Amino acid sequence: MERYFQPEIECAPREEMIKLQNEKLVKQVQHVWDNVPYYRKKMEAKGLTPADIKTIDDLHKLPFLCKDDLREAYPYGLMGKPLKDCVRIQSTSGTTGKRVVAFYTQHDIDLWEDCCARAITAAGGTNESVCQVSYGYGLFTGGPGLNGGSHKVGCLTVPTSSGNTDRQIMFIMDLQATILCCTPSYAAYLGERMKEMGFGPDDIPLKAGIFGAEAWSEEMRRDIEKTLGIKAYDIYGLTELSGPGVSFECSAQQGMHVNEDHFIPEIIDPVTGEVLPEGQQGELVFTSLDKEAFPLLRYRTRDICTLTREKCPCGRTHVRMGKPKGRTDDMLIIRGVNVFPSQIETVLINHGYAANYQIVVDRVNNTDTLDVQVEMTPEMFTDNVGEIQARQKALVEGLRSMLGLTARVTLVAPKTIARSEGKAVRVVDKRKI
Amino acid sequence: MSIKQVSVFLENKPGQLSAMTALLAANNIDIRALSLAETEDFGIARMIVDDIYEAANVLRNGDFIANFSHVLAFAVPDEPGGLNKLLNAFNDAEVNIEYMYAFLGAKDTEHAYMIFRVTDTKGSEAKLAARGWRPLTQEEIAAV
Repeated sequence: MERYFQPEIECAPREEMIKLQNEKLVKQVQHVWDNVPYYRKKMEAKGLTPADIKTIDDLHKLPFLCKDDLREAYPYGLMGKPLKDCVRIQSTSGTTGKRVVAFYTQHDIDLWEDCCARAITAAGGTNESVCQVSYGYGLFTGGPGLNGGSHKVGCLTVPTSSGNTDRQIMFIMDLQATILCCTPSYAAYLGERMKEMGFGPDDIPLKAGIFGAEAWSEEMRRDIEKTLGIKAYDIYGLTELSGPGVSFECSAQQGMHVNEDHFIPEIIDPVTGEVLPEGQQGELVFTSLDKEAFPLLRYRTRDICTLTREKCPCGRTHVRMGKPKGRTDDMLIIRGVNVFPSQIETVLINHGYAANYQIVVDRVNNTDTLDVQVEMTPEMFTDNVGEIQARQKALVEGLRSMLGLTARVTLVAPKTIARSEGKAVRVVDKRKI
Repeated sequence: MSIKQVSVFLENKPGQLSAMTALLAANNIDIRALSLAETEDFGIARMIVDDIYEAANVLRNGDFIANFSHVLAFAVPDEPGGLNKLLNAFNDAEVNIEYMYAFLGAKDTEHAYMIFRVTDTKGSEAKLAARGWRPLTQEEIAAV
């Protein structure tokens, strides 16, 4: 039997939801107009005032926000509440090294945790469940989001955070964890490790997994489900909007229900900005309806996907989005971390290398690998091996502090980076997702 | 007098070293001494060649990264304890050796010729000369 955390909202008739969205949107536009001069200027430039937005049908009139706006307004320029009302930030990497910093009031955290609680409940979570959160805790939204959601459901929450695989397995087995939250690649890795240790799907107490923050295929899902003996649920979100739980999968496993009482999704043509009809593929745009501290309107996610309002067998009425099929920018998601080639370039240049590099991403044993190949330059070359290796090590450290990921740095001979039509191929993604 | 060594960056993969030697061969450059330092992903070839400037030009035009560094060359008696005598002088003078390698196929069979990369080439040279060890000049090494 399908469970809901907030059935009156999750299964609300469409008319009721539209009514709620209309009310919230009008309020939110006024809030932004009054408190976020950055966005108010954008509205004024289009000749708009809050009076022009009466219902969700007027949403398309509003200007977009994109990652560049976040960078320009960094850190406080898009804040909708004074500091005294804010209680938390979360952060993710930005395009050129400036991180995205999102602010939360207690109300914002509550609504975010509600969204995560809906996802955990949809995956079968109850107050009887033991929910192990193996997403990273800290600036990354994965850990804090699912942790809060798990509390709201009343699960016994095991905040292992990421890493230390043997300890993760010990807790799963000893505490008889029933729900696992982590990235799909880590779930696959845990599965492999448990198999090696002699634990079959029948020995593993887990019943469900909530996996997100990176792309994964249907094949990978079936693999994880088989190895761990669980049902694997997808979850989607981004720090700019709160974190995981913007949308989540139900038992039907046919797309993720968007929490429409908090976020209105639109699909647009990434070139013209026109809103596309339901079912068409395009760029996903979100408007947050009741976030106070970081109230983004029409935020362009750069994710390419589709939306459907077809009736879902789970009983939820919220629109479903498909798995993102790609990006309109060059962002890579590696081990759940957002990586822009420009960030890597910045580090290389800061370390004295030329911008002749190639990023090779692969997935080995279900774990993403990041290999940065950089061409040696006359300036960086000496006859001393130790000196070159020390610089190489400093570069790995520089990349780690910029990206939060350990990369392998390979020094290659000049002019060996593959060039197509004269332009270097910066990214080679060998992962089969 | 120190002499000039040419060092070349090589990727640690098959064919890299021979690509370099082929280029030098095609330009009629004679390698008189060679040592290789290798790591997991790259290597450095260090060489004494007959025409250092020509070698550097040829290599750079061939998209290799090459640079010069100053090294000390010494002749030691080719007999048991020959090298040891020289190294005793290094010890005595507190000269730090970063790396060293041997010269190939000298005409003179009475001596072995050794190349040293030291920390502080000029200072080390003076300290060794004061102990009776004078390094070979570029001309002398060319005639070996």
